[in-house]
Amino acid sequence: MSARDDILGAIRANKPAMNAPAPVVPNYDDSYPQDADGLAALFAERLATMGGTWHALTDGQGVDAALQETLADKLGKPFEEAVIASNVPEVAGNRALTDSDDPGSVHDVDIAVLRARFGIAETGSVCFTEAELTVNAVAYLAQHLVVLLDPAEIVTNMHRAYQRDDFVNASYTVFHTGPSATADIEGVLVRGAQGVRSLTVIPTPPL
Amino acid sequence: MSTNQPDPNATIQSKTATREAQPRPVKAPDGKRVDHARSAKQFLNAPEHAKSHDTRVWAMRTKRDKQAHTIEEWEELRELASQIKTHTLTNLDTYLEQFEANAKANGIHVHWAADGAEHNRIVHEIFKEHGVKSVIKAKSMLMEECGFRHYMDSVGIEIVETDLGERIQQLDGEDPSHIVVPPVHKMRSDVARLFAEQLGSDPDNDDAHYLAGAQRDATRPLILDADAGMTGANFAVAETGGFVVCTNEGNADLSANVPNLHVASIGIEKLVPRVEDMGVFIRLLSRSALGSPITQYTSHFRAPKQGGEMHIVLVDNGRSKRLGMERFWSSLKCIRCGACMNTCPVYRRSGGLSYGATYAGPLGLILNPSFDLHRYSNLPFASTLNGSCTNVCPVKINIHEQIFGWRQVLAEEGHLPWTKKTGLTAAGQVLASPKGYRMAIKTTNSALKHLPRWALYNRMNAWGEGREMPSPPDNGTFHDWYKRNRLNGQAKTSAGGANE
Amino acid sequence: MRIGLFVPCFIDAFYPDVGIATLELLERFGCDVDYPFDQTCCGQPMVNSGCHDEAAATEALFVKNFAKYDRIVAPSGSCVHQVRDNLTAIEQTPEVKHVRENTLELVEFLHDELQVEAFPWANFPHRVGYHDSCNTLRNLGHGKPSELHGEYFSKPRTLLEKVAGIELVAIDRPDECCGFGGTFSVTEPEVSTQMGQDKIADHGRNGAEYIVSADSSCLMHQSGCAARIGAPIQFKHIAEILNGASQ
Repeated sequence: MSARDDILGAIRANKPAMNAPAPVVPNYDDSYPQDADGLAALFAERLATMGGTWHALTDGQGVDAALQETLADKLGKPFEEAVIASNVPEVAGNRALTDSDDPGSVHDVDIAVLRARFGIAETGSVCFTEAELTVNAVAYLAQHLVVLLDPAEIVTNMHRAYQRDDFVNASYTVFHTGPSATADIEGVLVRGAQGVRSLTVIPTPPL
Repeated sequence: MSTNQPDPNATIQSKTATREAQPRPVKAPDGKRVDHARSAKQFLNAPEHAKSHDTRVWAMRTKRDKQAHTIEEWEELRELASQIKTHTLTNLDTYLEQFEANAKANGIHVHWAADGAEHNRIVHEIFKEHGVKSVIKAKSMLMEECGFRHYMDSVGIEIVETDLGERIQQLDGEDPSHIVVPPVHKMRSDVARLFAEQLGSDPDNDDAHYLAGAQRDATRPLILDADAGMTGANFAVAETGGFVVCTNEGNADLSANVPNLHVASIGIEKLVPRVEDMGVFIRLLSRSALGSPITQYTSHFRAPKQGGEMHIVLVDNGRSKRLGMERFWSSLKCIRCGACMNTCPVYRRSGGLSYGATYAGPLGLILNPSFDLHRYSNLPFASTLNGSCTNVCPVKINIHEQIFGWRQVLAEEGHLPWTKKTGLTAAGQVLASPKGYRMAIKTTNSALKHLPRWALYNRMNAWGEGREMPSPPDNGTFHDWYKRNRLNGQAKTSAGGANE
Repeated sequence: MRIGLFVPCFIDAFYPDVGIATLELLERFGCDVDYPFDQTCCGQPMVNSGCHDEAAATEALFVKNFAKYDRIVAPSGSCVHQVRDNLTAIEQTPEVKHVRENTLELVEFLHDELQVEAFPWANFPHRVGYHDSCNTLRNLGHGKPSELHGEYFSKPRTLLEKVAGIELVAIDRPDECCGFGGTFSVTEPEVSTQMGQDKIADHGRNGAEYIVSADSSCLMHQSGCAARIGAPIQFKHIAEILNGASQ
């Protein structure tokens, strides 16, 4: 443990001697919509700029039907043959996920359907913890991600998001904002770099 | 070959023949100074690459401005971020201890490394214990500092970069030229040629979507088969013992979540005290870096996943020493966004590899000298001190003032080239003497007026390589004019006599 | 109020018209201006290269020449920045502090101190691209740099807008450095020249006939670049235009 003691000792000897208290961080969300509809609209707008799709269910449309409508032509195979892993009661799926699965076993999933813990209007982000993911890797190895989001669970901005207790309780908490992306080759934006190729958010309260 | 099929080799050649070759800087030998100006010249000698680089990197700065200007509290956020970092760094020992205790309580193994070599040994030990042969790795500037990939090469453990940009650089045997966009100096034709050689993709297809897809397909099996995953960290939160990684590709999440063993290398300056501090930093980070509101993935790791094992290596590598440098300690606030590189007109026109160091651009000018003063003694001079780096810095590091400060350290500690030092000593003597000064001006103007072009524009005249010299005024200096017009030709002091 | 006119070395040697325009302009506003004859330089060339010790004697001479004035005014942002912010190689006596605190760049002096409302004698019927030198913009606060969030202002443009006939043109990268950078111009000549050419091209592309600045050093560099490639653009110091130059 000598490196530890050496490093801490050097820090104590070298750190600038000044009294610099931690600042109070304001919430900066006075100008956000106060109602759920307004926040949802802002969320949808910001999600779009990050490459995500907002899909509001039409009257009587089930989530299953919405999957088919939004993803059928993106799969490169008939929708009926798609491997769908669902963690939500709204969609049956054809691949069960359990928390004892080997992470690599989900590599062939075409569509993963998950419920977000909450959303952030400022950026159009959705949040998951291991509780929603079951197999964390499925949110990255799947080709397409469909996220159910309760419109009542959208916070205004980042400051509000970090006031939630998920970060203190969960082992893994992640914000997804649109699909995997890269602009590493000549600045050209490519969706679906290493992770999912598309991310669709469907606003719907839990059953 | 008498066939209707095109000869693939001929195609490659004809294609590449029309393309400008990617500029490659000369590496300074061990013990020698990095010659930024020389590498910059080579970079500019590839005008297509140079122009494309400047345009693309400037576009990031423009997008950053656009984001910053839409947030009313932007400058307040920068100030808050700076204050949080000041608070943390002045209490760093306490926060590191708190972080360690919480991480351990969460079931994470915590290691400490004094330098890069110790970091590499520690990680190697962990890998040996687990029989690790192949590793998938997310982007980490700290691991670049440590020479981690080279070390692992030498002990026969395969490292696969999972960030597309970093993978491109790995396959090309180059260091990253930008901390956020590692191959930003490459054009798509360079990537097409590289992938054709290394991944067997179509050499004639330089479409970015095609190339990114080729890499995705080639890397996925490596991800699934890896024995361990490695990430860096953008932030470490003392209050939770967790750490935060930001990526756009989701590759850190793959590295952390696919293999059962996750090792994270974290610089000791990455600490923030509280979860709520993250709101400030996440709002600033990607907006400053790429001009996007947030990275696609913001991942918070607090404990190993079920059945998994997680290690953290806390690395010093010169940071505790820098904390004691009165003029330079605040450089430890850096959150590695790259905004200073994007705004820097010198970086944009010289390319990141010309800095010959882990860190390029303004950030590199103030960090690299603290690693090796002599080797990087030219770098603080690779700046016009224009100050835009300081203004874009999300944690308000006074970057250009630190560049200026390093110049003074270099002069005082005898690291200026002899010619420069001698020249400036002489200049100081002339400029301290009114009489000597008037003589010098007279001589200069006379030389400019009377010497032939070939004598003025020789290879000793760096000014004249791309610029005309100013022409001396017809009616003499301002000094002469003042004497003629305001003093009736009478010099006010003895010094004026030199002009007679 | 007695004003000491500081005419930096390269303006003295190469651009006497800038010094003359500054003097005449100040006199038009009734200022009592004196030109201390033994002045040389502010020490910037040495200090910018880290050689503070080597600058000490030059700095001491500067203070000796200017200590007796209430204000010291110079038509050069970089030199004023050196005096105000970096003249630290010598002991900081009350005299030194007085000189440092009271050294002003011409635009600042006209805009902030004299609060000039009009230049009735000035007429410049041309399209002008204004070059914000980095020192005037970011170290002296001539305006809001494009990268900072906040309300737009620009002291030199506010002054130039009072000149009859002038048409100010906007450029693509409003406050990108032109690449002069003092000794940078000769230690990194290729990057410096490239930056200079890019700057000129930006102005030219946007229709400027003249590039105007409060820093002759930037103009010396840019005009040197322009002359080498034969770019048909002209250069003027802001003092000359405010003093009534018509071309």
